[in-house]
Amino acid sequence: MKLKLKVWRQKSANDKGYFEEHMVTANEHMSFLEMIDVLNEELISQKKDPVAFEHDCREGICGTCNMVINGRPHGPSKGTTVCQLHMRVFNDGDTIVIEPWRAKSFPIIKDLVVDRSAFDRIIQAGGYISVNTGQAPDGNAIPIEQAVAADAFDSAACIGCGACVAACPNASAMLFTSAKVNHLNSLPQGKTEATIRVQKMVAQMDLEGFGNCSNTGACEVECPKEISIANIAAMNRDYFSSMVGSEESV
Amino acid sequence: MVLENKVPQGKLADKWTSYKSSMPLVAPNNKRRLEVIVVGTGLAGAAAAASLGELGYQVKCFTFHDSPRRAHSIAAQGGINAAKNYQNDGDSVHRLFYDTIKGGDYRSREANVHRLAEVSRDIIDQCVAQGVPFAREYGGLLANRSFGGVQVSRTFYAKGQTGQQLLIGAYSALSRQISLGTVKMYNRHEMLDVVKIDGKARGIIARNLLTGELERHAAHCVVLCTGGYGNVYYLSTNAMTCNVSAGWRAVRRGALMANPCYTQIHPTCIPVSGEYQSKLTLMSESLRNDGRVWVPKNLDDAKAIREGSKTALDIPEEDRDYYLERRYPAFGNLVPRDVASRAAKVACDDGFGVNPTGLAVYLDFAAAIERYGRSAANTKGMDPDKTSKETIIQMGEAVVENKYGNLFQMYEKITGENPYKMPMKIFPAVHYTMGGLWVDYNLETNVPGLFCCGEANFSDHGANRLGASALMQGLADGYFVLPYTVGTFLADEIRTPAFNPNAPEFKEVENDVSNRLNTLMNIKGNQSVESFHRRLGKIVWENCGMSRNEEGLKKGIETIKALREEFYKDVFVPGSADEFNPELEKAARVADFMELGEIMMHDALDRKESCGGHFREEYATEEGEAKRDDGNYTYVSAWSWSDDGNHQLHKEELQFDNVELKTRSYK
Repeated sequence: MKLKLKVWRQKSANDKGYFEEHMVTANEHMSFLEMIDVLNEELISQKKDPVAFEHDCREGICGTCNMVINGRPHGPSKGTTVCQLHMRVFNDGDTIVIEPWRAKSFPIIKDLVVDRSAFDRIIQAGGYISVNTGQAPDGNAIPIEQAVAADAFDSAACIGCGACVAACPNASAMLFTSAKVNHLNSLPQGKTEATIRVQKMVAQMDLEGFGNCSNTGACEVECPKEISIANIAAMNRDYFSSMVGSEESV
Repeated sequence: MVLENKVPQGKLADKWTSYKSSMPLVAPNNKRRLEVIVVGTGLAGAAAAASLGELGYQVKCFTFHDSPRRAHSIAAQGGINAAKNYQNDGDSVHRLFYDTIKGGDYRSREANVHRLAEVSRDIIDQCVAQGVPFAREYGGLLANRSFGGVQVSRTFYAKGQTGQQLLIGAYSALSRQISLGTVKMYNRHEMLDVVKIDGKARGIIARNLLTGELERHAAHCVVLCTGGYGNVYYLSTNAMTCNVSAGWRAVRRGALMANPCYTQIHPTCIPVSGEYQSKLTLMSESLRNDGRVWVPKNLDDAKAIREGSKTALDIPEEDRDYYLERRYPAFGNLVPRDVASRAAKVACDDGFGVNPTGLAVYLDFAAAIERYGRSAANTKGMDPDKTSKETIIQMGEAVVENKYGNLFQMYEKITGENPYKMPMKIFPAVHYTMGGLWVDYNLETNVPGLFCCGEANFSDHGANRLGASALMQGLADGYFVLPYTVGTFLADEIRTPAFNPNAPEFKEVENDVSNRLNTLMNIKGNQSVESFHRRLGKIVWENCGMSRNEEGLKKGIETIKALREEFYKDVFVPGSADEFNPELEKAARVADFMELGEIMMHDALDRKESCGGHFREEYATEEGEAKRDDGNYTYVSAWSWSDDGNHQLHKEELQFDNVELKTRSYK
């Protein structure tokens, strides 16, 4: 299949970006990133600068890859990261527009590579249970209802890719932050710090300059791990009740 | 060189406990003054950095990823072993120890493996306390499943993404220490060399990948947790950036590479589909709990399937060869990985392969779907014999979806085929490397002050790793071993002041690194780094892959040398060294892989026996099983590198005082 790519090129955060057009020959069994590999090999053979993009595990779990394809984070397939997107969903002769995540809190580093360290800082603010190595009681000491564990798992399935931010018209990080908060707050082990956790993580999220949530639901639609927007509601509940009862201010 | 393994005296089961209670300690006031560098943030690295930070050391932690959470431990699917015996099926520390020794084909160190089995139980407790959402039974207690090479159920799991959940646990512990200021995190920094002062490891040279700037970082000791080297084969289940460079640079500064030829070929991966392919995807071993592996009995059927005139569904039951069940009735589809992989290779070599390339076998869930369907019907009070087949299958598919849904989904995304209806096609692929830096019982290399944990060291899996044991080892090393054993080195360093990164030793090594990068930049040839990596992978796969022989290995060594020469004459790296340049990063890694590949072949050549993942065609039983030579090869081979090709082999003899060396049988 022959494709026309319009790829975002930008030398650095301070340079002006632009779309560059390339023709690529691909086949339907390739993954999207393997198609980009073909483009880059071609550019390198012409002694040109290859398109910078991030990727690693190529099996949809590390959360490194990030491209907006034809206006949609991670492209058209539901519940799929770019690395798991296969060319069979495109047609011969298609034009494909490829852009980076666009959000103030994710500054562009080069081409399609952005800086997502804001997510790390949100976790550092409270996305943990304060237990040192060696302090744990027996794993079966606290039974956890199967459904509770399963819900916590569903929130914890977030891979931290940032598609929710890229999808949101406000560049809000509510889906990411709420998934992280709920994963821990819903488990008995995480309850002790639930109040302080939600306050600190929300405060950090705001500090990073992410936008507010206006319930458009785009984040849930584009999330490659299909994290539910119900997480946001649950976090709001935790957050508001924490403002009523908490004695500690952050 | 004498390799002192420093295994403590005493009875096997008491060694670790008594060693722990008598080893030198560092007082809290001194810990604050001691600096430790941890390179890598996978399970071993993140766990080590977090635990060292909790203890009070000043930790600097490095990853080349944009976030510590992206390390490749995240991709582990199936589970983590622990000798909890929650299932009351006769498991124990000794049994886990024994299974691991046997699974490793009697080529690992008894004391290390026993310690691993001991601390395995603490790992589960720790992870649960961190909020790892393991699968649970209806009663709220932890669930288990079975993995290959064992006859108990000791694998803990979180659907098909156990690695991600455990890594998020370790990453959250690390994040907590970062916020407390005990760990300083350096994202997007790649370690490019080790700095030694007076023979001890005292720092690293790291490249800031965003700016290209070389940085000197000093510490009292250095811990490498930098993963395995499976990408030497180019195609593997490893992530694209997995590499050997940190470990290899350590080898070039005097550390030893142990058992490099022991590589694990995982039996259940999605087969290669074309030349453009960049990586292979694993289908978790847990699938072999329920999937049955088979090929057609008749060559004609196999040929018809390859040509597309028949499918798996056209082959009647009596014409299918469930070859693992036939050859290994005791373990059936759950034989260890090396055994299952070789059996698949034999089936395909004999012409029974079932995809157009002839390199695939079936992994079939039809029987499991029916079995689960009948059981589900029974639970609902329906008589399975009177329920329609469609209903049974529907109910069975729901159970299978619940167990393996995300794996089935992944398979369908990649291949475009529905594995509920059509058996999966699978083939072995490079997955894990048992070899790694030689370390003693303290996980310290032969370079004082240089430690190595996780897949990057060689220590626990012998010649073959059992499924769900990599996560166990990474976390054991990081949480429960290294934080103690590092004290054996640092206790003598409490009077050593912080090291000055402007010392001549640092400048000298930085110079070496800078020259190395400039060499790569200045070749300005015509071939891409990727093209060299692909060619290297092919050479290593063909000559040092699932089976090896003397002729192939000798040829491989010569071919790699020639490729290396060509690389240094004709590789093209775009851009410059002082900017964000992923091609340069890749070039440096491929250059190191080319040297490692050569050492792997020397090691495979030296080991004139077959054991675990190392199968020498010349040393096989009449039935085609691996034939060990305990009289001559019960040793760890540890290699040093020499630019003139005169690589030296050092040996650590393995002693087995507690298990009897037997021919490994899963029949």
